[in-house]
Amino acid sequence: MTKSELIERVALLAPHISKKDTETVVNTVFESLVSSLKSGERIEIRGFGSFQVKLREAREGRNPKTGEEVEIPAKRTPFFKVGKELKERIAARRREELTQDGDS
Amino acid sequence: MTKADIVETIYERVGFSKKESAELVETVFDVIKEALVSGEKVKFSGFGNFIVREKNARKGRNPQTGEQIQLEARRVLTFKPSLVLKNELNQAPEGRDEPSTF
Repeated sequence: MTKSELIERVALLAPHISKKDTETVVNTVFESLVSSLKSGERIEIRGFGSFQVKLREAREGRNPKTGEEVEIPAKRTPFFKVGKELKERIAARRREELTQDGDS
Repeated sequence: MTKADIVETIYERVGFSKKESAELVETVFDVIKEALVSGEKVKFSGFGNFIVREKNARKGRNPQTGEQIQLEARRVLTFKPSLVLKNELNQAPEGRDEPSTF
């Protein structure tokens, strides 16, 4: 599923709202997430998961081709942690499918 | 930030009622969740990809007690941030310090 497919699916579930407004809503959700991460804020979406920006310290690296030492600067990296409920639903689906395969 | 803050932004920007805004935000996350539960890959350009990976059953050990346990076959969700997002997080806007002092 891509962002435009997400917009289409949301539009199907919210037929009273114009396609254009649905698009604005989806885009606003992503813009909010990005701007929040940019300010270093933690995001918690109940039932989905949380996003957090962590700092990766600067370190000495090596160019694997030339063997030359390079300084890798400190950088911020976003991390996602899946929420408990969603994690369990995703894990359970695999077990269900395995059980079904065994039965057929 | 929580869902309530996103709802507030939509209320201000799009002009729906608070109730409508809340329902729409809920629907957006529900659609994403259902796609992931069904095993679908979810790719948001400029943000990142959510990918469901298959894990086979294996024997594990409780690191605290050393006890052997059977880990069942399962699926796990992973998030790979897009390069665009990673780069955006590393541009220092005005009024903020460089990452090294973050």
